Amino acid sequence: MSAKEKNRQPAQTIDVPDYQVKYANLLLYGSWLGIAVLAITFSLYVFGVMPAYINPADMPQYWSMQSTEYLSEVGLHGGWEWITMLGSGDFINFLGIAFLAGLTVIGYTILLLPAFLKKKDNAFLAIVITEILVLVLAASGILGSGGH
Amino acid sequence: MIQGLLDSINNIGMTVSSNAGGTGEAVAAAAGNSGLDWWMWPLILFATTFVMGIAAVLAGVGGGVLFVPIVGSFFPFHLDFVRGAGLIVALSGALAAGPGLLKANLANLRLALPVALIASTFSIVGAFLGLALPVPILKICLGITITLIALLFIFSKNSEYPTVGERDSLTKKLEISGSYWEPSYNKKIDWTVWRTPQGFLLFIIIGLVAGMFGLGAGWANVPVLNLLMGAPLKVAVGSSKFLLSITDTSAAWIYLNKGAVLPIIAVPSVLGIMLGSLVGVKLLAIAKPKAVRYLVIAILLFAGIRSLLEGLGWG
Repeated sequence: MSAKEKNRQPAQTIDVPDYQVKYANLLLYGSWLGIAVLAITFSLYVFGVMPAYINPADMPQYWSMQSTEYLSEVGLHGGWEWITMLGSGDFINFLGIAFLAGLTVIGYTILLLPAFLKKKDNAFLAIVITEILVLVLAASGILGSGGH
Repeated sequence: MIQGLLDSINNIGMTVSSNAGGTGEAVAAAAGNSGLDWWMWPLILFATTFVMGIAAVLAGVGGGVLFVPIVGSFFPFHLDFVRGAGLIVALSGALAAGPGLLKANLANLRLALPVALIASTFSIVGAFLGLALPVPILKICLGITITLIALLFIFSKNSEYPTVGERDSLTKKLEISGSYWEPSYNKKIDWTVWRTPQGFLLFIIIGLVAGMFGLGAGWANVPVLNLLMGAPLKVAVGSSKFLLSITDTSAAWIYLNKGAVLPIIAVPSVLGIMLGSLVGVKLLAIAKPKAVRYLVIAILLFAGIRSLLEGLGWG
């Protein structure tokens, strides 16, 4: 048995639940996919490949403003408005950002919820459902969006 | 009702705003018109966060905790956008680190999920508070928090394997326990926790602070999980890093919906800190982490005191 195999063998005795490994894989591929999307869309924006709602050269006028003041100055309302403006180089960047911010709720819904349901682990099922509701509520903008 | 409460807080802060806000705005405006071409700022931000990513790994701190104080102090961006970007930075780092930690069972879902629920719920409240508070008051609070974090880094003594007393009923009900492989002892370590209700209460405060200031909260998670609840240090660090991916998600959505995330600030920061972290891991074998840690603590102290002075109108 090689030294490498020896090192690996005992670690395999650690019992990691199947759903935890699947969740880990979702984060692994999802996070790097999100970061790659960010890198590509940001390049489209700053190199002027896509037309922008606000040109990057104009951003220094706005980035020292409070977020509410910025929205009002540029005529935006916040919330999910960006999804209707994906043709703009600046707003297409929100695809990657929203994907990264949405990974947790995806993982909870498609992996953890069915796993705890199957195990009939009611305490963790309640925790997972509540977390999904909290994240969806935060993401929805119902609690408040924009600056008004 | 929440809006009414936030409006009241805003009114309370108006007096301080009127005294100190003018100075802050003038400084920001001056920095915004610094004469540098626009493209220099994302480039400088990328380079800064790249170094930050290296330093964070070597110093054993989260990148998120460095981002807001440093970028907030030395860049011309409004604190709203810095905190929004800080959350995306901390979130991305936690998402990328999570898989390895989960597979090694160093991040344990039975420990992380309940505390993440509490912290993520209260990080929403923190985010609303943070976006409603006047900048001077926010800077005072941020300055105090950052200074306390720096002091915590100096004086906090974590315990590798804390002694765990009798498990409380909540720990038993949630079956919070696990095991991981410890290569230095070549054996499996079984662990559990205690004082879970007290730990959960503290995660309310951690969530509030994380959402309010856009900070990663590893600096607070680890002592609570390790020193109070008795999780082994590796499990506390691993679970803390992973649970940031949940805590910061909810606050990040609030900042996104409020228009407080600017891609021109957030994206170079994420890319810089992620690349820096990868290089930092490679450098770990040859660098002197202690010296870097002292440097990071000194920078945090400086940024914390500077933010405090700016908030008081003395900066």
